[in-house]
Amino acid sequence: MPIALYRIDDRLIHGQVVVGWGQPLGLGFIVLVDDVVAESDWEQELYRLGVPPSMDVYFMSTSDAASGLPGYVADRRVGMVLTGTVEAMLLLARTAPLPIAAVNVGGIHYREDRTQKLRYVFLNRSEELALSELSRTGVVVTAQDVPSATSHSLDELLRGGTK
Amino acid sequence: MDPAVVPRAIVAGHGGLPEGLVSAVEQITGRGNALIPFSNTGLGREEIESGLRDLLTLHGVKIVFTDLPGGSATIAARRVLHDTPGLMIVTGVSLAALIDFVFCAADMPARESAARAVEKGRAAIVSLAP
Repeated sequence: MPIALYRIDDRLIHGQVVVGWGQPLGLGFIVLVDDVVAESDWEQELYRLGVPPSMDVYFMSTSDAASGLPGYVADRRVGMVLTGTVEAMLLLARTAPLPIAAVNVGGIHYREDRTQKLRYVFLNRSEELALSELSRTGVVVTAQDVPSATSHSLDELLRGGTK
Repeated sequence: MDPAVVPRAIVAGHGGLPEGLVSAVEQITGRGNALIPFSNTGLGREEIESGLRDLLTLHGVKIVFTDLPGGSATIAARRVLHDTPGLMIVTGVSLAALIDFVFCAADMPARESAARAVEKGRAAIVSLAP
């Protein structure tokens, strides 16, 4: 089954992911792509405790995620691929043996070098360029924090949407 | 606000829930200042964690109430718990649990008052039918 959602969210696994998207999609598993978490048993345990028993979490480094993707796509359950950064998702899209059709920007929060684009998305110049590059590779990039919210196109996102 | 009441716990969670719960505790008991609300709104995971650490240090409290077991506030609180001896987290917080908590003796050990809050919160969930 194709991955139901590729999401960029700097909070990684949290309420919006597990409940907001997880319940309506009927998620069976999450692939969390993050180098720090992939190397730490303690971090992995922390995120495992954040999901219901019916949901599996798999941890991948950014360098290993692409090669693991076909296995997750072949899974019969509904899955989500989650990265904490735009750069990690761009790397995955560039190196994955399967095309990624769409990416959801779900939450990139305030940092000093970032400018607010939407209520839940702040981007620096490098992240803006990386999202544009993601789009140029054929990926449809939209911003939407929860399923019931308005989906913003990449153009709207980069322009600052309606904040 | 009762000026004799000092902060004893942080209430952390989504959106306006922490402020709302503390406001409701104040309305019912006059002891809302025993609780420090902390919302995750607009914050990344590092900011949530550092915000919690700052509040714990500032107020010297040993209990963090959070709303959702898998929520970002709970995950951040668990990170803090990892290197903060004596800290307790109570997740799935409710108004009933907080009301009982603010009436506990101020010198009650954190572990005991946390256990009591869990028990009261569970007991307050009741299904009613005609």
